[in-house]
Amino acid sequence: MLQRGYHQQTFHQRADTCNGRVLPRGGEILTAFEPRIVAFCCNWCSYAGADLAGVSRLQYPPSARIIKVMCSGRLEPQFILKAFELGADGVLVAGCHIGDCHYIAGNEKAKVRVEMTKELLDVLGVDSRRLRLEWISAGEGTKFADTMNNFTKELEELGPSPLKEVI
Amino acid sequence: MTKIEEFIEETGAFDCVECGKCTSLCPVANINSDFAPRLIVVKAQEGLESEIKRDKDIWSCITCEICNDMCPYEVDFSGFIQRMRVEAVGMGNVPVCSEAGAVQTMQRITGMGQKQNRLAWLTDDLKVSDKGDVYYFTGCAYQLGILFNDKAPELKEIPANVVRIMNAAGIEPVVSNKEVCCGHDQLWSGDEVGFIDLMEQNVEMIKETGAKKVVFSCPEGFRTFNIDYQGFLGDLDFEILHISEFLMNLIDEGKLEFKETDETVTYHDSCRLGRHAGIYDTPRDLLDAMGVEFVEMASSQEKALCCGVNAFTNCNEASRQLQMMRLLEAKQTGAETMLAFCPKCVIHYNCLLSMEKMPIEREKIDIKVKDFSNFVAEHMK
Ligand code: SF4
Ligand code: SF4
Ligand code: SF4
Repeated sequence: MLQRGYHQQTFHQRADTCNGRVLPRGGEILTAFEPRIVAFCCNWCSYAGADLAGVSRLQYPPSARIIKVMCSGRLEPQFILKAFELGADGVLVAGCHIGDCHYIAGNEKAKVRVEMTKELLDVLGVDSRRLRLEWISAGEGTKFADTMNNFTKELEELGPSPLKEVI
Repeated sequence: MTKIEEFIEETGAFDCVECGKCTSLCPVANINSDFAPRLIVVKAQEGLESEIKRDKDIWSCITCEICNDMCPYEVDFSGFIQRMRVEAVGMGNVPVCSEAGAVQTMQRITGMGQKQNRLAWLTDDLKVSDKGDVYYFTGCAYQLGILFNDKAPELKEIPANVVRIMNAAGIEPVVSNKEVCCGHDQLWSGDEVGFIDLMEQNVEMIKETGAKKVVFSCPEGFRTFNIDYQGFLGDLDFEILHISEFLMNLIDEGKLEFKETDETVTYHDSCRLGRHAGIYDTPRDLLDAMGVEFVEMASSQEKALCCGVNAFTNCNEASRQLQMMRLLEAKQTGAETMLAFCPKCVIHYNCLLSMEKMPIEREKIDIKVKDFSNFVAEHMK
Protein backbone atom coordinates (compact mmCIF):
# COMPACT_ATOMS: atom_id res chain seq x y z
CA MET A 1 0.00 0.00 0.00
CA LEU A 2 1.27 3.43 -0.89
CA GLN A 3 2.08 5.81 1.87
CA ARG A 4 1.21 9.24 0.66
CA GLY A 5 3.18 12.30 1.70
CA TYR A 6 1.85 12.85 5.15
CA HIS A 7 2.61 15.42 7.79
CA GLN A 8 0.99 15.31 11.16
CA GLN A 9 -1.10 18.33 11.97
CA THR A 10 -0.92 20.18 15.19
CA PHE A 11 -4.09 22.21 14.87
CA HIS A 12 -7.39 21.81 13.14
CA GLN A 13 -7.20 23.11 9.64
CA ARG A 14 -9.87 23.03 7.04
CA ALA A 15 -10.57 24.43 3.62
CA ASP A 16 -13.95 25.16 2.19
CA THR A 17 -13.49 23.74 -1.25
CA CYS A 18 -17.01 24.72 -2.15
CA ASN A 19 -15.88 28.29 -2.45
CA GLY A 20 -12.15 27.74 -2.55
CA ARG A 21 -11.32 29.39 0.71
CA VAL A 22 -8.91 28.23 3.34
CA LEU A 23 -10.71 28.75 6.60
CA PRO A 24 -8.96 30.76 9.25
CA ARG A 25 -8.08 28.77 12.29
CA GLY A 26 -6.42 29.51 15.53
CA GLY A 27 -7.58 30.89 18.80
CA GLU A 28 -9.51 34.00 19.37
CA ILE A 29 -8.53 36.16 22.27
CA LEU A 30 -11.55 37.15 24.22
CA THR A 31 -11.40 39.83 26.83
CA ALA A 32 -14.99 40.74 27.48
CA PHE A 33 -17.44 38.42 25.79
CA GLU A 34 -19.62 40.23 23.31
CA PRO A 35 -21.80 37.74 21.46
CA ARG A 36 -21.47 38.02 17.73
CA ILE A 37 -24.76 37.65 15.96
CA VAL A 38 -25.35 37.15 12.27
CA ALA A 39 -28.86 38.32 11.43
CA PHE A 40 -30.40 37.32 8.13
CA CYS A 41 -33.23 39.76 7.44
CA CYS A 42 -35.67 39.62 4.58
CA ASN A 43 -35.75 42.59 2.27
CA TRP A 44 -39.44 43.37 2.54
CA CYS A 45 -40.21 43.24 6.25
CA SER A 46 -37.42 42.56 8.70
CA TYR A 47 -34.69 44.57 7.02
CA ALA A 48 -37.06 47.52 6.95
CA GLY A 49 -37.84 46.78 10.60
CA ALA A 50 -34.13 46.93 11.40
CA ASP A 51 -33.94 50.17 9.47
CA LEU A 52 -36.77 51.62 11.47
CA ALA A 53 -35.03 50.60 14.68
CA GLY A 54 -32.03 52.52 13.39
CA VAL A 55 -33.81 55.71 12.39
CA SER A 56 -35.82 55.63 15.61
CA ARG A 57 -32.48 55.50 17.47
CA LEU A 58 -33.49 52.42 19.43
CA GLN A 59 -30.54 50.91 21.27
CA TYR A 60 -29.32 47.41 20.49
CA PRO A 61 -25.83 45.86 20.72
CA PRO A 62 -23.50 46.81 17.89
CA SER A 63 -22.10 43.29 17.62
CA ALA A 64 -24.79 42.14 15.21
CA ARG A 65 -24.04 41.83 11.51
CA ILE A 66 -27.13 42.18 9.39
CA ILE A 67 -27.26 40.38 6.07
CA LYS A 68 -30.10 41.23 3.76
CA VAL A 69 -31.72 38.36 1.86
CA MET A 70 -34.60 38.87 -0.57
CA CYS A 71 -36.80 36.45 1.35
CA SER A 72 -36.37 34.39 4.49
CA GLY A 73 -37.19 31.46 2.20
CA ARG A 74 -33.89 32.14 0.40
CA LEU A 75 -32.08 31.07 3.50
CA GLU A 76 -30.34 27.75 3.16
CA PRO A 77 -29.19 25.61 6.09
CA GLN A 78 -25.69 26.18 4.74
CA PHE A 79 -25.85 29.92 5.49
CA ILE A 80 -26.50 29.11 9.12
CA LEU A 81 -23.93 26.33 9.37
CA LYS A 82 -21.34 28.51 7.69
CA ALA A 83 -21.97 31.41 10.05
CA PHE A 84 -21.34 29.10 13.01
CA GLU A 85 -18.31 27.57 11.38
CA LEU A 86 -16.82 31.02 10.94
CA GLY A 87 -17.33 31.92 14.57
CA ALA A 88 -20.83 33.33 15.06
CA ASP A 89 -22.20 32.95 18.59
CA GLY A 90 -25.77 33.22 17.41
CA VAL A 91 -27.76 33.39 14.19
CA LEU A 92 -31.03 35.23 13.79
CA VAL A 93 -33.35 34.55 10.90
CA ALA A 94 -36.01 37.22 10.51
CA GLY A 95 -38.82 37.36 7.99
CA CYS A 96 -42.30 38.70 7.38
CA HIS A 97 -45.13 37.44 9.54
CA ILE A 98 -46.84 34.28 8.29
CA GLY A 99 -49.35 35.33 5.65
CA ASP A 100 -47.43 38.52 4.82
CA CYS A 101 -44.58 37.03 2.78
CA HIS A 102 -43.86 39.06 -0.33
CA TYR A 103 -43.42 35.77 -2.19
CA ILE A 104 -46.53 34.18 -0.68
CA ALA A 105 -45.01 31.40 1.42
CA GLY A 106 -41.23 31.81 1.60
CA ASN A 107 -41.39 32.28 5.35
CA GLU A 108 -43.16 28.95 5.78
CA LYS A 109 -40.22 27.32 4.02
CA ALA A 110 -37.85 29.21 6.28
CA LYS A 111 -39.68 27.87 9.31
CA VAL A 112 -39.26 24.26 8.21
CA ARG A 113 -35.61 24.78 7.38
CA VAL A 114 -34.79 26.53 10.62
CA GLU A 115 -36.43 23.76 12.63
CA MET A 116 -34.46 21.15 10.74
CA THR A 117 -31.23 23.10 11.18
CA LYS A 118 -31.90 23.40 14.91
CA GLU A 119 -32.12 19.64 15.18
CA LEU A 120 -28.87 19.28 13.26
CA LEU A 121 -27.08 21.90 15.36
CA ASP A 122 -27.97 20.04 18.56
CA VAL A 123 -26.48 16.84 17.17
CA LEU A 124 -23.36 18.73 16.13
CA GLY A 125 -22.97 20.05 19.65
CA VAL A 126 -24.04 23.62 18.98
CA ASP A 127 -26.94 24.51 21.30
CA SER A 128 -29.97 25.11 19.11
CA ARG A 129 -30.93 28.12 21.21
CA ARG A 130 -28.14 29.87 19.33
CA LEU A 131 -30.42 29.89 16.29
CA ARG A 132 -33.54 32.02 16.41
CA LEU A 133 -36.40 32.62 14.05
CA GLU A 134 -38.51 35.77 14.41
CA TRP A 135 -41.23 37.40 12.37
CA ILE A 136 -40.63 41.14 12.28
CA SER A 137 -42.62 43.47 10.06
CA ALA A 138 -41.44 46.75 8.55
CA GLY A 139 -43.27 48.67 11.25
CA GLU A 140 -41.85 46.71 14.16
CA GLY A 141 -38.64 48.59 14.82
CA THR A 142 -39.12 48.10 18.53
CA LYS A 143 -39.58 44.38 18.11
CA PHE A 144 -36.33 44.23 16.16
CA ALA A 145 -34.38 46.07 18.86
CA ASP A 146 -36.01 43.99 21.62
CA THR A 147 -35.22 40.75 19.80
CA MET A 148 -31.59 41.76 19.48
CA ASN A 149 -31.34 42.74 23.11
CA ASN A 150 -32.98 39.53 24.38
CA PHE A 151 -30.99 37.34 22.07
CA THR A 152 -27.74 38.99 23.12
CA LYS A 153 -28.63 38.44 26.74
CA GLU A 154 -29.41 34.79 26.18
CA LEU A 155 -26.16 34.31 24.28
CA GLU A 156 -24.22 35.98 27.07
CA GLU A 157 -25.63 33.33 29.38
CA LEU A 158 -24.77 30.53 26.95
CA GLY A 159 -21.21 31.83 26.58
CA PRO A 160 -19.02 31.78 23.46
CA SER A 161 -19.83 29.30 20.72
CA PRO A 162 -18.16 25.92 21.33
CA LEU A 163 -16.84 26.06 17.78
CA LYS A 164 -14.49 28.87 18.77
CA GLU A 165 -11.15 28.11 20.25
CA VAL A 166 -10.88 30.59 23.03
CA ILE A 167 -7.45 31.45 24.35
CA MET B 1 9.57 15.26 -9.69
CA THR B 2 6.62 17.54 -9.11
CA LYS B 3 3.70 16.38 -7.02
CA ILE B 4 1.61 15.90 -10.12
CA GLU B 5 4.28 13.80 -11.84
CA GLU B 6 4.56 11.81 -8.66
CA PHE B 7 0.94 10.74 -8.55
CA ILE B 8 0.73 10.25 -12.30
CA GLU B 9 3.32 7.59 -11.68
CA GLU B 10 1.86 6.21 -8.48
CA THR B 11 -1.63 5.78 -9.89
CA GLY B 12 -0.29 4.17 -13.04
CA ALA B 13 -1.70 6.96 -15.18
CA PHE B 14 1.69 6.97 -16.85
CA ASP B 15 0.95 3.57 -18.36
CA CYS B 16 -2.10 4.78 -20.20
CA VAL B 17 -1.80 3.81 -23.86
CA GLU B 18 -4.72 5.96 -24.91
CA CYS B 19 -6.73 2.95 -25.97
CA GLY B 20 -9.92 4.78 -25.07
CA LYS B 21 -11.61 1.85 -23.35
CA CYS B 22 -12.39 4.04 -20.35
CA THR B 23 -14.00 6.70 -22.48
CA SER B 24 -16.19 4.19 -24.24
CA LEU B 25 -17.45 2.69 -20.97
CA CYS B 26 -17.63 5.82 -18.82
CA PRO B 27 -21.25 6.61 -18.00
CA VAL B 28 -20.58 10.34 -17.89
CA ALA B 29 -18.87 10.31 -21.29
CA ASN B 30 -21.88 8.45 -22.64
CA ILE B 31 -24.13 11.32 -21.70
CA ASN B 32 -21.78 14.26 -22.12
CA SER B 33 -19.75 13.89 -25.30
CA ASP B 34 -17.34 16.65 -24.22
CA PHE B 35 -16.12 14.53 -21.35
CA ALA B 36 -13.42 11.90 -21.84
CA PRO B 37 -11.40 10.32 -19.05
CA ARG B 38 -8.62 9.51 -21.48
CA LEU B 39 -8.18 13.18 -22.28
CA ILE B 40 -7.82 14.10 -18.62
CA VAL B 41 -4.94 11.66 -18.29
CA VAL B 42 -3.30 12.89 -21.46
CA LYS B 43 -3.57 16.53 -20.43
CA ALA B 44 -2.09 15.80 -17.03
CA GLN B 45 0.79 13.89 -18.58
CA GLU B 46 1.59 16.91 -20.65
CA GLY B 47 1.88 18.70 -17.36
CA LEU B 48 -0.15 21.69 -18.36
CA GLU B 49 -0.69 23.60 -15.18
CA SER B 50 -2.97 26.06 -16.89
CA GLU B 51 -5.14 23.12 -17.93
CA ILE B 52 -5.53 21.92 -14.36
CA LYS B 53 -6.54 25.41 -13.35
CA ARG B 54 -9.33 25.55 -15.86
CA ASP B 55 -10.33 21.93 -16.29
CA LYS B 56 -13.86 21.34 -15.04
CA ASP B 57 -13.78 17.73 -16.23
CA ILE B 58 -12.03 16.51 -13.10
CA TRP B 59 -15.20 17.55 -11.26
CA SER B 60 -17.56 15.97 -13.80
CA CYS B 61 -16.15 12.51 -13.14
CA ILE B 62 -18.34 10.75 -10.60
CA THR B 63 -15.47 8.53 -9.46
CA CYS B 64 -17.59 5.44 -10.06
CA GLU B 65 -14.51 3.40 -11.03
CA ILE B 66 -16.08 1.72 -14.03
CA CYS B 67 -12.96 2.79 -15.89
CA ASN B 68 -10.58 1.45 -13.22
CA ASP B 69 -12.23 -1.91 -13.53
CA MET B 70 -12.05 -2.06 -17.29
CA CYS B 71 -8.70 -0.44 -18.02
CA PRO B 72 -6.35 -3.06 -19.53
CA TYR B 73 -3.37 -1.23 -18.04
CA GLU B 74 -4.81 -1.01 -14.56
CA VAL B 75 -4.69 2.73 -14.37
CA ASP B 76 -6.09 3.81 -10.99
CA PHE B 77 -8.15 6.50 -12.60
CA SER B 78 -10.24 7.47 -9.58
CA GLY B 79 -7.11 7.67 -7.43
CA PHE B 80 -5.65 9.93 -10.04
CA ILE B 81 -8.76 12.12 -10.07
CA GLN B 82 -8.79 12.29 -6.27
CA ARG B 83 -5.29 13.68 -6.23
CA MET B 84 -5.80 15.95 -9.21
CA ARG B 85 -8.66 17.52 -7.31
CA VAL B 86 -6.43 18.37 -4.39
CA GLU B 87 -4.03 20.09 -6.79
CA ALA B 88 -6.85 21.83 -8.61
CA VAL B 89 -8.34 23.26 -5.43
CA GLY B 90 -4.89 24.58 -4.57
CA MET B 91 -5.00 26.45 -7.87
CA GLY B 92 -8.47 27.80 -7.31
CA ASN B 93 -10.35 25.31 -9.47
CA VAL B 94 -13.20 24.30 -7.18
CA PRO B 95 -16.30 22.11 -7.48
CA VAL B 96 -19.92 23.16 -7.46
CA CYS B 97 -21.27 21.78 -4.18
CA SER B 98 -24.84 20.58 -3.68
CA GLU B 99 -26.98 22.32 -1.07
CA ALA B 100 -24.51 25.22 -1.27
CA GLY B 101 -21.96 23.03 0.53
CA ALA B 102 -24.05 22.27 3.62
CA VAL B 103 -22.97 18.63 3.73
CA GLN B 104 -19.28 19.45 3.65
CA THR B 105 -19.67 22.18 6.27
CA MET B 106 -21.67 19.89 8.54
CA GLN B 107 -18.95 17.26 8.22
CA ARG B 108 -16.15 19.73 8.94
CA ILE B 109 -18.00 21.00 12.00
CA THR B 110 -17.98 17.50 13.51
CA GLY B 111 -14.22 17.83 13.84
CA MET B 112 -13.96 21.25 15.45
CA GLY B 113 -13.33 19.99 18.96
CA GLN B 114 -16.68 20.78 20.61
CA LYS B 115 -18.64 18.18 22.56
CA GLN B 116 -21.01 16.70 20.01
CA ASN B 117 -24.36 15.12 20.68
CA ARG B 118 -23.64 12.49 18.08
CA LEU B 119 -25.38 9.66 19.86
CA ALA B 120 -28.74 11.43 19.96
CA TRP B 121 -30.28 8.30 18.46
CA LEU B 122 -29.18 6.10 21.33
CA THR B 123 -32.30 5.01 23.23
CA ASP B 124 -32.42 3.11 26.51
CA ASP B 125 -33.28 -0.23 24.93
CA LEU B 126 -30.01 -0.29 22.99
CA LYS B 127 -26.93 -1.81 24.57
CA VAL B 128 -23.55 -0.28 23.75
CA SER B 129 -20.22 -0.05 25.52
CA ASP B 130 -17.28 2.35 25.93
CA LYS B 131 -14.57 -0.19 25.45
CA GLY B 132 -14.56 -3.51 23.68
CA ASP B 133 -13.60 -5.52 20.61
CA VAL B 134 -16.18 -4.32 18.15
CA TYR B 135 -16.46 -0.66 17.28
CA TYR B 136 -19.42 0.46 15.19
CA PHE B 137 -18.58 3.50 13.07
CA THR B 138 -21.92 5.23 12.63
CA GLY B 139 -20.74 7.81 10.11
CA CYS B 140 -23.01 10.68 9.16
CA ALA B 141 -26.18 8.74 8.29
CA TYR B 142 -28.09 10.26 11.19
CA GLN B 143 -27.06 13.81 10.34
CA LEU B 144 -27.86 13.26 6.66
CA GLY B 145 -31.27 11.97 7.69
CA ILE B 146 -31.92 15.33 9.35
CA LEU B 147 -30.52 17.43 6.52
CA PHE B 148 -32.45 15.46 3.91
CA ASN B 149 -35.56 14.75 5.92
CA ASP B 150 -37.66 15.61 2.89
CA LYS B 151 -35.98 12.92 0.81
CA ALA B 152 -34.75 10.13 3.04
CA PRO B 153 -35.82 10.52 6.68
CA GLU B 154 -35.28 6.79 7.24
CA LEU B 155 -31.51 7.42 7.33
CA LYS B 156 -31.93 8.66 10.89
CA GLU B 157 -32.82 5.13 11.92
CA ILE B 158 -29.69 3.43 10.61
CA PRO B 159 -27.41 3.67 13.68
CA ALA B 160 -30.10 2.49 16.10
CA ASN B 161 -31.10 -0.33 13.79
CA VAL B 162 -27.54 -1.55 13.34
CA VAL B 163 -27.03 -1.61 17.10
CA ARG B 164 -30.35 -3.43 17.45
CA ILE B 165 -29.22 -6.13 15.01
CA MET B 166 -25.89 -6.49 16.81
CA ASN B 167 -27.65 -6.68 20.19
CA ALA B 168 -29.87 -9.47 18.88
CA ALA B 169 -26.72 -11.44 18.11
CA GLY B 170 -25.39 -10.77 21.61
CA ILE B 171 -22.93 -8.04 20.65
CA GLU B 172 -22.73 -4.73 22.48
CA PRO B 173 -20.70 -2.58 20.13
CA VAL B 174 -18.62 0.40 21.14
CA VAL B 175 -19.97 3.68 19.79
CA SER B 176 -18.44 7.06 20.52
CA ASN B 177 -19.52 10.63 20.80
CA LYS B 178 -15.98 11.60 19.86
CA GLU B 179 -16.29 10.06 16.44
CA VAL B 180 -16.02 12.61 13.65
CA CYS B 181 -16.91 12.42 9.99
CA CYS B 182 -14.67 10.02 8.05
CA GLY B 183 -13.57 12.75 5.66
CA HIS B 184 -14.65 11.01 2.48
CA ASP B 185 -16.28 14.09 1.03
CA GLN B 186 -13.40 16.32 2.07
CA LEU B 187 -10.89 14.15 0.25
CA TRP B 188 -12.99 13.79 -2.89
CA SER B 189 -13.73 17.47 -3.04
CA GLY B 190 -10.08 18.38 -2.78
CA ASP B 191 -9.61 19.30 0.89
CA GLU B 192 -6.77 16.97 1.81
CA VAL B 193 -5.72 18.95 4.86
CA GLY B 194 -9.20 18.88 6.36
CA PHE B 195 -9.39 15.18 5.58
CA ILE B 196 -6.17 14.47 7.48
CA ASP B 197 -7.47 16.37 10.47
CA LEU B 198 -10.61 14.22 10.63
CA MET B 199 -8.67 11.03 9.99
CA GLU B 200 -6.30 11.68 12.89
CA GLN B 201 -9.14 12.32 15.29
CA ASN B 202 -10.91 9.10 14.31
CA VAL B 203 -7.87 6.85 14.47
CA GLU B 204 -6.90 8.25 17.87
CA MET B 205 -10.44 7.81 19.17
CA ILE B 206 -10.66 4.18 18.01
CA LYS B 207 -7.29 3.41 19.58
CA GLU B 208 -8.63 4.63 22.92
CA THR B 209 -11.54 2.19 22.77
CA GLY B 210 -9.21 -0.77 22.25
CA ALA B 211 -11.35 -2.10 19.40
CA LYS B 212 -10.00 -4.87 17.21
CA LYS B 213 -12.77 -4.78 14.66
CA VAL B 214 -14.36 -1.68 13.21
CA VAL B 215 -17.67 -2.23 11.48
CA PHE B 216 -19.17 0.18 8.95
CA SER B 217 -22.72 0.37 7.69
CA CYS B 218 -21.70 3.11 5.26
CA PRO B 219 -19.71 2.04 2.19
CA GLU B 220 -17.96 5.39 2.03
CA GLY B 221 -16.57 5.20 5.54
CA PHE B 222 -15.56 1.63 4.80
CA ARG B 223 -13.69 2.60 1.66
CA THR B 224 -12.14 5.64 3.30
CA PHE B 225 -10.66 3.69 6.22
CA ASN B 226 -9.66 0.77 4.09
CA ILE B 227 -8.02 2.55 1.22
CA ASP B 228 -7.43 6.16 2.17
CA TYR B 229 -6.58 6.00 5.88
CA GLN B 230 -4.27 3.07 5.25
CA GLY B 231 -2.86 4.86 2.23
CA PHE B 232 -1.82 7.75 4.44
CA LEU B 233 -0.98 5.95 7.66
CA GLY B 234 0.09 2.48 6.57
CA ASP B 235 -1.69 -0.57 7.96
CA LEU B 236 -4.05 0.14 10.82
CA ASP B 237 -4.02 -2.25 13.74
CA PHE B 238 -7.71 -3.07 13.65
CA GLU B 239 -9.77 -5.05 11.20
CA ILE B 240 -12.07 -3.07 8.92
CA LEU B 241 -15.35 -4.79 8.14
CA HIS B 242 -18.45 -3.93 6.24
CA ILE B 243 -21.71 -4.67 8.02
CA SER B 244 -22.67 -7.21 5.34
CA GLU B 245 -19.53 -9.24 6.05
CA PHE B 246 -19.99 -8.88 9.77
CA LEU B 247 -23.62 -10.01 9.63
CA MET B 248 -22.85 -12.95 7.36
CA ASN B 249 -20.39 -14.21 9.98
CA LEU B 250 -23.08 -13.94 12.64
CA ILE B 251 -25.58 -15.76 10.44
CA ASP B 252 -23.07 -18.52 9.76
CA GLU B 253 -22.70 -18.91 13.51
CA GLY B 254 -26.48 -19.18 13.75
CA LYS B 255 -26.84 -16.02 15.79
CA LEU B 256 -29.41 -14.20 13.71
CA GLU B 257 -32.84 -15.30 12.60
CA PHE B 258 -35.32 -13.69 10.28
CA LYS B 259 -39.05 -13.49 9.79
CA GLU B 260 -40.62 -15.12 6.81
CA THR B 261 -41.40 -12.74 4.00
CA ASP B 262 -42.68 -12.75 0.44
CA GLU B 263 -41.11 -9.45 -0.52
CA THR B 264 -39.12 -9.13 -3.73
CA VAL B 265 -36.14 -6.81 -3.78
CA THR B 266 -33.32 -5.81 -6.06
CA TYR B 267 -29.93 -4.60 -4.91
CA HIS B 268 -27.90 -1.61 -6.05
CA ASP B 269 -24.13 -2.07 -5.80
CA SER B 270 -22.99 1.31 -4.52
CA CYS B 271 -19.70 2.16 -6.18
CA ARG B 272 -17.81 2.58 -2.89
CA LEU B 273 -18.77 -0.91 -1.77
CA GLY B 274 -18.69 -2.67 -5.11
CA ARG B 275 -16.01 -1.48 -7.47
CA HIS B 276 -14.02 0.43 -4.85
CA ALA B 277 -13.92 -2.31 -2.24
CA GLY B 278 -14.82 -5.42 -4.22
CA ILE B 279 -17.76 -6.45 -2.02
CA TYR B 280 -20.39 -7.99 -4.25
CA ASP B 281 -21.29 -11.33 -2.70
CA THR B 282 -22.04 -10.72 0.97
CA PRO B 283 -25.03 -8.40 0.38
CA ARG B 284 -26.53 -11.02 -1.92
CA ASP B 285 -25.76 -13.84 0.52
CA LEU B 286 -27.44 -11.80 3.20
CA LEU B 287 -30.65 -11.52 1.19
CA ASP B 288 -30.49 -15.22 0.53
CA ALA B 289 -30.07 -16.01 4.21
CA MET B 290 -33.02 -13.75 4.99
CA GLY B 291 -35.18 -15.71 2.59
CA VAL B 292 -36.00 -12.62 0.58
CA GLU B 293 -36.81 -13.05 -3.08
CA PHE B 294 -33.98 -11.33 -4.96
CA VAL B 295 -33.86 -10.23 -8.58
CA GLU B 296 -30.76 -8.89 -10.29
CA MET B 297 -30.83 -5.75 -12.42
CA ALA B 298 -29.64 -5.71 -16.02
CA SER B 299 -26.33 -4.17 -14.99
CA SER B 300 -24.98 -5.32 -11.68
CA GLN B 301 -21.80 -5.93 -9.72
CA GLU B 302 -18.76 -4.59 -11.66
CA LYS B 303 -21.09 -3.16 -14.25
CA ALA B 304 -23.58 -1.58 -11.90
CA LEU B 305 -24.79 1.88 -12.86
CA CYS B 306 -24.17 4.78 -10.53
CA CYS B 307 -26.30 7.24 -8.56
CA GLY B 308 -24.60 10.04 -10.42
CA VAL B 309 -23.17 12.21 -7.65
CA ASN B 310 -19.99 11.95 -5.64
CA ALA B 311 -19.09 13.81 -2.47
CA PHE B 312 -22.14 16.04 -2.97
CA THR B 313 -20.45 17.89 -5.80
CA ASN B 314 -21.47 18.56 -9.36
CA CYS B 315 -24.99 17.29 -9.33
CA ASN B 316 -26.23 18.10 -12.81
CA GLU B 317 -28.16 16.88 -15.82
CA ALA B 318 -25.89 13.87 -16.20
CA SER B 319 -26.60 12.91 -12.59
CA ARG B 320 -30.33 13.02 -13.29
CA GLN B 321 -29.92 10.86 -16.36
CA LEU B 322 -27.86 8.30 -14.49
CA GLN B 323 -30.34 8.14 -11.65
CA MET B 324 -33.13 7.68 -14.14
CA MET B 325 -31.30 4.92 -15.99
CA ARG B 326 -30.71 3.05 -12.77
CA LEU B 327 -34.28 3.37 -11.55
CA LEU B 328 -35.54 2.20 -14.93
CA GLU B 329 -33.51 -0.95 -14.55
CA ALA B 330 -34.68 -1.42 -11.01
CA LYS B 331 -38.32 -1.00 -11.95
CA GLN B 332 -37.94 -3.44 -14.83
CA THR B 333 -36.98 -6.22 -12.46
CA GLY B 334 -40.50 -6.13 -11.06
CA ALA B 335 -39.16 -5.85 -7.50
CA GLU B 336 -41.00 -3.73 -4.96
CA THR B 337 -37.88 -2.25 -3.44
CA MET B 338 -34.35 -1.40 -4.41
CA LEU B 339 -31.91 -1.73 -1.53
CA ALA B 340 -28.61 0.09 -1.18
CA PHE B 341 -26.10 0.34 1.62
CA CYS B 342 -24.92 3.84 0.85
CA PRO B 343 -27.04 6.54 2.53
CA LYS B 344 -26.11 8.95 -0.21
CA CYS B 345 -27.35 6.64 -2.95
CA VAL B 346 -30.65 6.50 -1.06
CA ILE B 347 -30.76 10.30 -0.94
CA HIS B 348 -29.88 10.85 -4.59
CA TYR B 349 -32.37 8.33 -5.96
CA ASN B 350 -35.12 9.61 -3.71
CA CYS B 351 -34.24 13.11 -4.83
CA LEU B 352 -35.18 12.21 -8.39
CA LEU B 353 -38.27 10.37 -7.18
CA SER B 354 -39.40 13.39 -5.18
CA MET B 355 -39.36 15.71 -8.19
CA GLU B 356 -42.74 17.02 -9.23
CA LYS B 357 -41.87 17.09 -12.89
CA MET B 358 -39.90 14.17 -14.16
CA PRO B 359 -38.04 13.63 -17.40
CA ILE B 360 -39.97 10.36 -17.79
CA GLU B 361 -43.39 8.96 -16.85
CA ARG B 362 -43.39 8.30 -13.15
CA GLU B 363 -44.73 4.73 -13.43
CA LYS B 364 -41.57 3.69 -15.25
CA ILE B 365 -39.26 4.47 -12.37
CA ASP B 366 -41.26 4.66 -9.18
CA ILE B 367 -39.76 2.01 -7.00
CA LYS B 368 -39.09 2.23 -3.28
CA VAL B 369 -35.42 2.92 -2.57
CA LYS B 370 -34.42 1.85 0.90
CA ASP B 371 -31.45 1.48 3.14
CA PHE B 372 -30.21 -2.09 3.44
CA SER B 373 -29.40 -2.06 7.17
CA ASN B 374 -32.86 -0.74 8.01
CA PHE B 375 -34.34 -3.48 5.85
CA VAL B 376 -32.38 -6.15 7.71
CA ALA B 377 -33.53 -4.80 11.07
CA GLU B 378 -37.17 -4.80 9.97
CA HIS B 379 -36.91 -8.47 9.01
CA MET B 380 -35.33 -9.72 12.20
CA LYS B 381 -37.22 -12.14 14.35
S1 SF4 C 1 -8.61 2.41 -20.50
FE1 SF4 C 1 -6.71 2.78 -19.35
S2 SF4 C 1 -5.08 2.68 -20.93
FE2 SF4 C 1 -7.05 2.89 -22.01
S3 SF4 C 1 -7.22 5.13 -22.32
FE3 SF4 C 1 -8.32 4.66 -20.43
S4 SF4 C 1 -6.80 4.96 -18.81
FE4 SF4 C 1 -5.68 4.84 -20.74
S1 SF4 D 1 -14.62 7.08 -12.55
FE1 SF4 D 1 -16.57 6.75 -13.64
S2 SF4 D 1 -17.23 8.81 -14.24
FE2 SF4 D 1 -15.06 8.96 -13.72
S3 SF4 D 1 -14.01 8.71 -15.67
FE3 SF4 D 1 -14.13 6.68 -14.70
S4 SF4 D 1 -15.97 5.74 -15.55
FE4 SF4 D 1 -16.07 7.96 -15.97
S1 SF4 E 1 -29.29 14.16 -6.49
FE1 SF4 E 1 -30.49 15.55 -5.20
S2 SF4 E 1 -29.74 15.17 -3.15
FE2 SF4 E 1 -28.23 14.35 -4.55
S3 SF4 E 1 -26.74 15.99 -4.84
FE3 SF4 E 1 -28.25 16.16 -6.47
S4 SF4 E 1 -29.76 17.61 -5.72
FE4 SF4 E 1 -28.59 16.91 -3.96
